[in-house]
Amino acid sequence: MKVVVSVLFLLFSGLAAAAPPALDEAQTHRYHQLIDQVRCLVCQNRTIAESDAPLAADLRDIIGRQIAAGRSNDEIKNYLVQRYGEWVLYKPRFSAATWILWLGPAALLLAALVSAILLWRRTGRRAEPPAPDEDSLARILDDERRS
Amino acid sequence: MRLSFVLPALVVVVLIGLLGYGLTRNPSELPSALLDQPAPAFSVARLEAPDQLITQEAFAGRVAVFNVWASWCVACRAEHALIEELAERGEVAVYGLNYKDDRTTAMQWLDRYGDPFVASAFDPRGQVGIDYGVAAVPETFIIDAEGIIRFKQVGPVDRETLEQRLLPLVAQLKEEAA
Repeated sequence: MKVVVSVLFLLFSGLAAAAPPALDEAQTHRYHQLIDQVRCLVCQNRTIAESDAPLAADLRDIIGRQIAAGRSNDEIKNYLVQRYGEWVLYKPRFSAATWILWLGPAALLLAALVSAILLWRRTGRRAEPPAPDEDSLARILDDERRS
Repeated sequence: MRLSFVLPALVVVVLIGLLGYGLTRNPSELPSALLDQPAPAFSVARLEAPDQLITQEAFAGRVAVFNVWASWCVACRAEHALIEELAERGEVAVYGLNYKDDRTTAMQWLDRYGDPFVASAFDPRGQVGIDYGVAAVPETFIIDAEGIIRFKQVGPVDRETLEQRLLPLVAQLKEEAA
């Protein structure tokens, strides 16, 4: 029995060194939120949550440790951005370098809408002359015949 | 020539231009956040002398090249001859960062392919690598005499990079320092 316990102990102490520190429920939630927003630098179009790359595992580990150490999300993001640039965040923060990412699509949509409205109003105006109704046509023809 | 004709044509031309420009860019080239920033501090054992520490102070006062390498990295072998050539020219002190490697294997690798480094920092867990924003080995930094990172090459150095970027920049930085 003693042997089994000490073997188990050895096994788990080995695991404990490798596994991230225990997080409570809220911290685990933050952990999953964060790793879902950080780009894997090796396989560039995946998040570190999805990636099996060793660097992604390291970054997950670092994020876990920093959450356990009581760092805020902003502090952790700063840590990553300092090293890898704004690019490491899937949701880059609004700044002088990234405003075009945030505002560009809305500006394009607005421009498209404005030009569509302008075009539509212009062609709409010259499209069809008012349709004469049958009664007034008949009346005009009658007048013609009488005179 | 009406606006309704000119405008879409213009949009198409601009779009083609942008897409064409996109084709000339290398998508795996990452912008480095550390460019023009001080080289991050570290203090780790030397690869070849486990009882000695090496820190970023090793670069101080002169232009240095900091090459991130590993024995498991195939591209590092490809660039190794050029890193050796760079060291042999004697223009600049070349330091290594041995990244996520095993000490014995790394030493064997240096024995086999040659050791161009004044010293290599031993970073088995990749912590220094993370501080330097290393995404994939090899990477090569040029650090000026003030300890500021002035250039970062991601991926292996080839002859063109060595002769047209590394060497001219080293010469320029040495002049700045003088």
